[in-house]
Amino acid sequence: MLILTCPCCGTTGEETEFHQGGEAHLVRHGPGSTDDDFHTYMFARENPKGAHFERWRHNYGCGKWFIMARDTVTLEVYGTYPAQTHEPPQHIRERVTAKRPGWTWRDVA
Amino acid sequence: MKRYSVFAVAREALRDHMGWERAWASPEPKKKYDIIIVGAGGHGLATAYYLGKNFGITNVAVLEKGWLGGGNTGRNTTIIRSNYLQDPSAAIYEKSRSLYETLSQDLNYNIMFSPRGVIMLAQTEHELRGYQRTAHANALQGVTTEFISAQRVKEIVPIINLDGPRYPVLGGLWQARAGTARHDAVAWGYARACSAMGMHIIQKCEVTGISRENGRVTGVTTNRGDIGCDKLGLVVAGHSGHLADMAGFRLPIESVALQALVSEPIKPCMDCVVMANTVHGYMSQSDKGEMVIGGGTDGYNNYTQRGSFHHIEETVRALIETFPMIARLKMLRQWGGIVDVTGDRSPILSKTPVEGIFINCGWGTGGFKAIPGSGWGFAELMAKGHSPLCDQFGLDRLYQGRFIDESVAAGVAH
Amino acid sequence: MSTRLATGGRLLDRSRRCDFTFNGRRMQGHPGDTLASALLANGQMMVGRSFKYHRPRGIVASGAEEPNALVGLGEGARFEPNQRATTTELFDGLTCVSQNHWPSLDFDIGAVNTAVARFLPAGFYYKMFIHPRPFWKHVYEPFIRQSAGLGRASNPGDPDRYEHFHFFCDVAVIGGGVAGLQAALTAAEAGAKVLLMEQTAHWGGRAPVDGGDIDGQPVADWIAATLARLQAMPNVTLRNRCMGAGVYDHGYALGYERVADHTPGTDAPRHRLWRIRAGQIVTATGAIERPLSFAGNDIPGVMLAGAVRDYAVDYGVSIGDRTVVVTNNDDAYRTAITLKKLGLDIPVILDARQSGGGALADEARGMGIRVESGKGIAKVKGGRRVTGVAICAQAGEGAALEEIACDAVAMSGGWSPVVHLWSHCGGKLIWDEARAHFRPDPANPPRGAQGEAFVVPAGAANGAGDLASVVADAHAAGQAAARATGHKPRGKAPEAGTSPEAAMEPVWLMPQGAGVKLRMKAWLDYQNDVKVSDVQLAAREGYESVEHAKRYTTLGMATDQGKLSNINGLAILSDALNQPIPQTGTTTFRPPYTPISFSAIAGAARGPLFQPVRKTPMHSWHEANGADFEPVGQWRRPYCYPRGEEGRVEAVAREIRQTRQSLGLLDASTLGKIIVKGPDAGRFLDMLYTNMMSTLRPGKCRYGLMCNENGFLMDDGVVARLDEDTFLCHTTTGGAEAIHGHMEDWLQCEWWDWKVYTANVTEQYAQVGVAGPNSRKVLQKLTGDDISAEALPFMGWSEITVAGIAARVFRISFAGELSFELSVPASHGRALWEALLEAGEEFGVMPYGTEAMHVMRAEKGFIMIGDETDGTVIPQDLGLDWAISKKKADYIGKRAQERSHMADPSRWKLVGLETLDGSTLPDGAYATAAGHNANGQRHVQGRVTSTYHSPTLGRGIAMGLVLHGPDRMGEVLDFPKLDGGIVKARIVDPVFYDKDGEKQNV
Repeated sequence: MLILTCPCCGTTGEETEFHQGGEAHLVRHGPGSTDDDFHTYMFARENPKGAHFERWRHNYGCGKWFIMARDTVTLEVYGTYPAQTHEPPQHIRERVTAKRPGWTWRDVA
Repeated sequence: MKRYSVFAVAREALRDHMGWERAWASPEPKKKYDIIIVGAGGHGLATAYYLGKNFGITNVAVLEKGWLGGGNTGRNTTIIRSNYLQDPSAAIYEKSRSLYETLSQDLNYNIMFSPRGVIMLAQTEHELRGYQRTAHANALQGVTTEFISAQRVKEIVPIINLDGPRYPVLGGLWQARAGTARHDAVAWGYARACSAMGMHIIQKCEVTGISRENGRVTGVTTNRGDIGCDKLGLVVAGHSGHLADMAGFRLPIESVALQALVSEPIKPCMDCVVMANTVHGYMSQSDKGEMVIGGGTDGYNNYTQRGSFHHIEETVRALIETFPMIARLKMLRQWGGIVDVTGDRSPILSKTPVEGIFINCGWGTGGFKAIPGSGWGFAELMAKGHSPLCDQFGLDRLYQGRFIDESVAAGVAH
Repeated sequence: MSTRLATGGRLLDRSRRCDFTFNGRRMQGHPGDTLASALLANGQMMVGRSFKYHRPRGIVASGAEEPNALVGLGEGARFEPNQRATTTELFDGLTCVSQNHWPSLDFDIGAVNTAVARFLPAGFYYKMFIHPRPFWKHVYEPFIRQSAGLGRASNPGDPDRYEHFHFFCDVAVIGGGVAGLQAALTAAEAGAKVLLMEQTAHWGGRAPVDGGDIDGQPVADWIAATLARLQAMPNVTLRNRCMGAGVYDHGYALGYERVADHTPGTDAPRHRLWRIRAGQIVTATGAIERPLSFAGNDIPGVMLAGAVRDYAVDYGVSIGDRTVVVTNNDDAYRTAITLKKLGLDIPVILDARQSGGGALADEARGMGIRVESGKGIAKVKGGRRVTGVAICAQAGEGAALEEIACDAVAMSGGWSPVVHLWSHCGGKLIWDEARAHFRPDPANPPRGAQGEAFVVPAGAANGAGDLASVVADAHAAGQAAARATGHKPRGKAPEAGTSPEAAMEPVWLMPQGAGVKLRMKAWLDYQNDVKVSDVQLAAREGYESVEHAKRYTTLGMATDQGKLSNINGLAILSDALNQPIPQTGTTTFRPPYTPISFSAIAGAARGPLFQPVRKTPMHSWHEANGADFEPVGQWRRPYCYPRGEEGRVEAVAREIRQTRQSLGLLDASTLGKIIVKGPDAGRFLDMLYTNMMSTLRPGKCRYGLMCNENGFLMDDGVVARLDEDTFLCHTTTGGAEAIHGHMEDWLQCEWWDWKVYTANVTEQYAQVGVAGPNSRKVLQKLTGDDISAEALPFMGWSEITVAGIAARVFRISFAGELSFELSVPASHGRALWEALLEAGEEFGVMPYGTEAMHVMRAEKGFIMIGDETDGTVIPQDLGLDWAISKKKADYIGKRAQERSHMADPSRWKLVGLETLDGSTLPDGAYATAAGHNANGQRHVQGRVTSTYHSPTLGRGIAMGLVLHGPDRMGEVLDFPKLDGGIVKARIVDPVFYDKDGEKQNV
């Protein structure tokens, strides 16, 4: 039963207020893209045991999407940042490194 | 292997059961095997068993990082049914169900398959039409199911409340020869039979790397040394992504926690399995008398084998509405397992980008019922390179947009 | 025989009496009794039968760990099976029955299993009942099921009330014994907001039974004083009868408060489930005594030594006149001393330790009690009641040295900390060699959202032994919890007196070298009938993992979840495997700590409150006018409005006829309505819909299709452009929330620089479909605005005033008739509805429901999301290519639709189907093709997606998806029916009614 804090409205709420929307930082591939690129965009998933970057929405709150760095094994929340971000920010990466030295996630580390 | 029978038990009783032999051996790993299966759950062990039984391949090792049957095989709600909508699903689940019917005899181990029947309730007009469609499909797939009236549902399950204030029962899809089995016994029975064929089941053996040469698998690295093989089968529900990562490819899979719970045991009050998908709950009664209840999955990636309590609340609420008599029963135990879910929620039984590596995963919440069929088909795939039971479940289907989507009829949970 | 003593019983109110019945026998007890103590006071030691062998079972413990004393409590709709007598407070009028026997507790046919027990070792059923195959289902399993199970099933109609309670605090302390009280006090004095829960009705736990001093006060006085201090603090909430049931991630905990179990029939809720979020959770859950494994340790009259003491001190109950005490530690001497002081006989204390006990042993000897060191019990004599014990050397194989007559045995195998709540959420354990128990590993606590440790064990639950260390440890735990929640702890731990005890010695089997005959009588799990020999058998057969052994033998799987048996069992397993206990490890602790009621879990959300109901503004009218409702998502929509004796079929037919001939009204308020506004709104909708929306002119409507990124059709509806910057998107009834979420997802996460706002206004508007040839006429009666075909053409919209209400009117049609959809503020919905009914009276206006709507749209060949689509259908399958823009470079789903399978010309396509005999095709039927596939399944070439009897055409009509369907007009397909036989249907155009749209476009 997670407890999460929405970085958009600042509310701390029960997991039931929020909704996870899958892996973050996927690059959309539309018409003209290769089958491989499109398949990767749609289906290939990191699904890590450890630090994960994922999209969440404060569904029953402010309604805003944000990105969360969360550990899938310990369920620790390393931090959140705006959905309008292309890659995990440095300070979040450092926080993950402090807890999970040597971690990798896609080509991020 | 000494055969089990009532006579064997009687004979042993006279010498205080001191003469029973090990159900499966505990060998040291060899340097190399023809085939290594990673994962000694039901699917992995069944694969090994049918490799031996159907193809005569017995130089096989099954590697298990913990204890055999310790994953989802021993954590599910033991439902066995094959009333699926799509042809590929119906084929493999029906093969599985039919193998379950004689599995106790085949393995000489009582896995307690109990064909007590499964009802899936239709509680909205939409669900009603969905199950009628499934019934039509099943008739052409050779799966015996029947669409039954609400009254007939009540006759089969007297404790059901047909007139819930929100979602009255309108009818049901009834598969009389579906049922349940003793989940642990399935793993144990296969393990014993594999061991008897000379296969090696190696527990507490964790795979930490996968060796490849020229795009072909050559073996695995484990905490008990390097072990070579010609072919490698990855059958590690919940951890498939992790193993695939070692082999250098990614899977269309996400791992989530699925929960279940049981009540305290009571005398028999329900003689079949009931699934109520509109309200998200399903229930059966075990031979011990516990009401066995399936819950929901968490909405996020999770490897903890625990889930969030609100799913339990929702499930219990739904079932009290459906079976008012359970209101004064008590929850004895809740638990969670890790299931891996694919892009279309159907399994993957497939070759992989690495020559010689095969993968069997993505069973989501429906793996237990598929164990014998999955083992049968996957063994054929590994031995021959293709299998009619598996061919539709390849990794390529998502590239092509050829989904095997079971949720279409009525949002059916497994 | 157990009996009530003349004096004593600190928890009793002897001035009052409670009458109760057990198996119909009338008995008496006092307020303060548990059901167990009251049964014992009435001489009822044997209270049930075991699960497998149906052995007689007596009360063995005094608390939540009790495995045997389970009764069926209450009657009728309040009947509850498997209620634990040791945790059931006695009340006047209580009725209960014992379980798992037939015909009676004393004469149980099932006890024949005891006689053949040697043929039924662990896992016997895996090896038997294999042949003949049909016998498992028809003979063996029914027999096993009938003899298994415990209590009988409860009944429907539970009349009691249940509720949930949310609570947020800094520190939740679980357990109201000395440790819990101290930890709570320490944390509260530091300023933390504290919740303290105690599962029983009494505070202080077992300390008053054991005695001792804290800060110079007798412990009972200290408890009273501390409780008073806590009660006076505004930052402390105290709840007794409230068990910490489970600890979950991120500081979530469940409390299970049994508010009114002891006062049935009052209007208080029976149970209250506390859903707690705590910064820190202190588990002051105490310890549980372990039995000793000797032959006959399951015979009624053999009881835990601590429980014997509890019954004497707390309830003034003696278990027997002559009690043999057997132990491996000093604590059990307290029982002997207590009983002796009450004037009861202790024939002998058997101390398995060669070196014997410490100061307490000396005290016992000083009282004249015989103490034998290095001795144990070879065997307990008796059947339904202990009659004596045979003494042996603990180091030997069980040769009887002496037989001693007695009617009770008090045993103690040492104490195990209650680590359940620590473990629920991932806390790890370490093995304490000296005390032979697992206790919380401080290096591996459960971790919270920030990675912080959030559970702190305290007192005996943390392995502390004597009172002094319990109090000191609890104070430290309170400090740690306070600090972790940002408070500054003050003060120091109170001082408690300690009497030194000799070290315990682990004794896992008594005697140490017991032969197999004795081991087959030495019980580990009383309820499930698991014996030492069973665990050893499991190990021999290769079930070596602790989980294998548990599951193979069922050790610890009973309703007590192994509270008494687990440690003993895994010690036996470790010994059999010749490995240290920590290497064997434990099974997983799962919530709840003891079983909690399903009703408490459900809370108030039952019956009408099960799920929220959404009602349209006209709902009350529908109700008052006999609507037959169907659930559509959380909405309730009228399926039809039967009149008089009409059935559904007749009502639907009438509604359709009247609408087609004259005038019908549809409550369409459930339709999703989403405003999309901003300079980039058109551009955004172009991405969202398959067709071009940016070119729509204000004042116009356009039907649009929405796909997901996988290319599948997921929603449809009419889009109206309100002004240059603003669109109103209609969605399906079920789709509104999801589609609004979908829009926000893309806007916030992909095209976040686009200037677009969305708002879901579904419930802000009531919507009425006015359909039929007379629809314009009825509206003209109610409005002065121009709604002529010229002013308001088909697929146009405008703002008008109807019956004095400002409305938007849309010229759109789902029924295929001249029709208008009126949208008004929700609060005016019912007024509009009634005005339309009144004005329409002269046209014979009739409201119509969802089924008439479905039939009419099918007559027109309009698709329905959820019927023609099922999540695998793309617009191209439905002949909707006209609604897919060829000009757009991109829309959501476009790339997906280019994949090989989606572009495959052999995908099934939408057609109409007309049976040759005019009958209605069955729902969901498939069209067969020749032959079978590799898996032996019949080939198919199409399926029915919608099928109805059309009252308008007087025949069955259907739509379906068929292989190359549109190219095969006129071909006849076979549709097998479920009950045998085949329906033949011809492929036709899917538009059955008014193909040219002359009726709607006037």
